Amino acid sequence: MIEVETDILVVGGGAAGMSAALAASSYSGATVTLVDNNAKLGGQIWRAELGKSKSAEARSFIKAIETKRIRIFNDAQVFAAPTNTSVLAETSRGTARFEYNKLILATGARERFLPFPGWTLPGVFGAGGLQALVKGGFDVAGKRIVVAGSGPLLLVVAEYLKSKGAKVIAVAEQAPASRINRFAIGLWRSPAKLAQALWLRMKLFGVSYLTDTWVTDVRSLGSGRSNGPIIVTFNRHGKKWQVEGDYLACGFDLVPNNELASLIGCKIENSFVSVDEFQRTTCENVFCAGEPTGIGGVAASLVEGTIAGLCSVDATDAARMSFATRDRSQRFAAQLTRTFALRDELRSLANDNTIVCRCEDVDFGRLREFDSWRAAKLQTRCGMGPCQGRICGAAAQFLFDWKIGPARPPIFPIKLENL
Amino acid sequence: MVNITVNKNSVTVAPGTTVAAAILNSGLAGFRRSTGREMRGPLCGMGICFECRVTIDGINHQRSCTVMAEDGMEIEISD
Repeated sequence: MIEVETDILVVGGGAAGMSAALAASSYSGATVTLVDNNAKLGGQIWRAELGKSKSAEARSFIKAIETKRIRIFNDAQVFAAPTNTSVLAETSRGTARFEYNKLILATGARERFLPFPGWTLPGVFGAGGLQALVKGGFDVAGKRIVVAGSGPLLLVVAEYLKSKGAKVIAVAEQAPASRINRFAIGLWRSPAKLAQALWLRMKLFGVSYLTDTWVTDVRSLGSGRSNGPIIVTFNRHGKKWQVEGDYLACGFDLVPNNELASLIGCKIENSFVSVDEFQRTTCENVFCAGEPTGIGGVAASLVEGTIAGLCSVDATDAARMSFATRDRSQRFAAQLTRTFALRDELRSLANDNTIVCRCEDVDFGRLREFDSWRAAKLQTRCGMGPCQGRICGAAAQFLFDWKIGPARPPIFPIKLENL
Repeated sequence: MVNITVNKNSVTVAPGTTVAAAILNSGLAGFRRSTGREMRGPLCGMGICFECRVTIDGINHQRSCTVMAEDGMEIEISD
């Protein structure tokens, strides 16, 4: 077993984790260690493209991290927290035990997926999911792609796919036009320059952005393993129509990766990790920053990471200087949440034969016999496959209003010899 | 460039390409069979959903979206 001792341990190498590690090492002589489950730093928003980071901001963070004396463990998946001062991670060289004085959780978010007939077909990806695959070298030039679901990520993805030569047939956003328009107007007054620029570019590109619109059904015209065309059915104000395309990229905003926080015993409310103004969780010496505390995007992640990093080395006065910036980012985040709230109709897209738990192939009809996540798990194995409920849990929470969790070790499946 | 095989067919990809992207570029979208024998392919692209699992150099259940293609890699998609 690899043994690592560190003053500060940061879990997650995205925007929040990198800014936390940098802040902690800049304001003290503390040893700082960063553990991340990806091959490269940057997390999801700054995911590298063919191994190289395209964002100048991301590159400057990565460079700064590398010039500090921060120990970095890439491709390391934290799976357990055996004591309240240690976590275990699976690495390519076996299991590593990290002993820490202070722990900063910056575990990010994943997409929320909602089941509808056909959502399990090959060629149906997450929205951010497809973007990640394209960043990994998937060639979509000339492909006809429908982008659907909800949230500002859809615009980012559509713009990205278009820049890679894909033909984006439409962007279908479930939120109503009234709310989207109010949000778009608000952007002119907000500091969210990125969102503003994206909005403009979408208009310039002439991609049709449909509000009040969602996908009700997908069928495949292909067979076997090869990718045939798909037929996507849209619904808008009760009017239904179909389009043919090659791929569907569909995701319904983001949900926090709160499993490690849950395992450690941090208080979690409405899926989000509770923190005080110093980004402290309810567990002693454990901080949390970024999406697990509330979906706020990269700006909120950066400032929360800075505050968590500073507070972890007791530089609370320096941290206070960032409170105003954090408040602004969080106000913007709250506006986003209101704008892209999920509509009730999305709860009735699945029929009894629609798979909800993709790992164990448990369908909607089976699940609706139960009145809790726990009962459904015990009786159907829903949420007990390799993803451990990361996909179906968020869906079940929305569909049935079930409370999901708490997490149990190992929070990721690992090789038997590494246990 | 990096040369790998997918079910014995050779595929050439740019350095830094993930195994999942290489398989998709070879024209295959179905990566595995679910417990109910449905064809499945990648969904999340970030190592969370486990739908893109394939056999890489004889080791099964590898999440192909998290593994970089390396020269000589042998990918198997079982049926």
